[in-house]
Amino acid sequence: MTTKAKQGQKMKLAETKDRFVWTRKHLLGLEDLSKQELVHILDTAEGFKDISERAIKKAPALRGKVVVNLFFEDSTRTRNSFRLAASRLSADVLEFTAKGSSVSKGETLRDTAKNLEAMGIDIIVIRHSAGGAPYLLSQCVDCCVVNAGDGFHEHPTQGLLDIFTMREARGDLTGMKVAIVGDIAHSRVARSNIWGLHTLGAEVFLVGPPTLMPSGADQLPVTVCHDFDEIIGEMDALNMLRVQFERIGSPTFPSVREYSRLFALNSERMKRAKPDVLVMHPGPINRGLELESEIADGPNSMILRQVTNGLTIRMAVLFLVNQAAAEKRKHEG
Amino acid sequence: MATKVILESGQISGALEEMAGQILSSAGEGGSVALVGIRSRGELLAERLKGLLSDLGAGEVDCGTLDITLYRDDLDQMGYQQPTVRSTEIDFDINDRVIVLVDDVLNTGRSIRAALDALIDFGRPKAIRLAVLVDRGARELPIAADYVGKVIEAPADKRVQVYLSEVDDTEKVILE
Repeated sequence: MTTKAKQGQKMKLAETKDRFVWTRKHLLGLEDLSKQELVHILDTAEGFKDISERAIKKAPALRGKVVVNLFFEDSTRTRNSFRLAASRLSADVLEFTAKGSSVSKGETLRDTAKNLEAMGIDIIVIRHSAGGAPYLLSQCVDCCVVNAGDGFHEHPTQGLLDIFTMREARGDLTGMKVAIVGDIAHSRVARSNIWGLHTLGAEVFLVGPPTLMPSGADQLPVTVCHDFDEIIGEMDALNMLRVQFERIGSPTFPSVREYSRLFALNSERMKRAKPDVLVMHPGPINRGLELESEIADGPNSMILRQVTNGLTIRMAVLFLVNQAAAEKRKHEG
Repeated sequence: MATKVILESGQISGALEEMAGQILSSAGEGGSVALVGIRSRGELLAERLKGLLSDLGAGEVDCGTLDITLYRDDLDQMGYQQPTVRSTEIDFDINDRVIVLVDDVLNTGRSIRAALDALIDFGRPKAIRLAVLVDRGARELPIAADYVGKVIEAPADKRVQVYLSEVDDTEKVILE
């Protein structure tokens, strides 16, 4: 082994010795997380990568635990990803959909959660149209709560998987320039990305029409820009948000043609970008609207990598919150 | 606290050389040998054994690293003391191979139980053997090592600590 490699290994193990202690039994957002906490999640996720690649895609870390997918909004990707992440760690998964459930009979969120908890569950993964619902839930239950998207507030595991994907591709996020493009005002993905990236030392640019910028954007640690072409050449990563169809035709949204002309990522615009720019999208893609097909399927696209990494990140998050809960139980006797 | 040196640096090398010799002469029967070290000291010892086996003419022996955190039976009790989960790196096919698991200290046997479970999730080896630098006794599971550097009877309240020059400032095994 070369001296340099030896030194590297020495450092790696030294870091292991100074153990970082994860103490949160809920993951509600990235805004409150410290740099150390974010790095710890990302590092832990590295350890879960191989589970998806080997003969038996399962580890017993959450054996005997029950994870509830409590979804009050439609979701395919996030829901399946959490479900598979929990299964890969040997937890049992209970699927709860608001439609056709006691919720449609008028049950409150708190009652729904308390009833689930009475069945002996360990982790609630919640998606809700109201920002703050996961926080509310975390205040009234004993089990762990993981936010899978709440209103326009946060979608922490999406933010983490985006950041994990960027770190995987670039090694270090410090000084990286990341543009988040589209309907920022109504995007919880954007918010989680902004907080996480900022804390980790990346520079965030918000790109989109003024009507789709969040109010108080000047309070956020970002640079707001309305001209995509002006900044695209400097960017290391482009996170293209999905155009939400229900907003098209509303006074805040320009016409589809105008939006595409100004903010879509197409081959013409791509020519101005760095050759190795990372193209990301939280999915599902509106092909040809915010993102041209050739680019979505092209060499710069990280989109499927994001999906794979989502599973890894969610395994790590479920594992960490459960460990913190176990520790808290120990202290309570 | 009073500490006692169990193995000096030279004795560690001697013990490993002897273990490598034994592995070469016996483990290879019926299949090709590969080493898998348990993080983190076992990983370093496996790398050393790989070098020694190569010196003895065994050629380039496959060598991997196993992280057993997710397989531990005390995860619920460990809480904050949990080590960070790290990746398992076994980039060869373990099916039908003779796998020599390598760890620094054998005590209760619980780490080895976890390692066996973890390893079997990667495939079905022909056989799994166990090599440890120090066997300190006090087993809680029916597990025994096949290759041992040094056997000691350590009192239950004492810790056996292995220091290796790759990561520590010194190289020795002590009882503290």
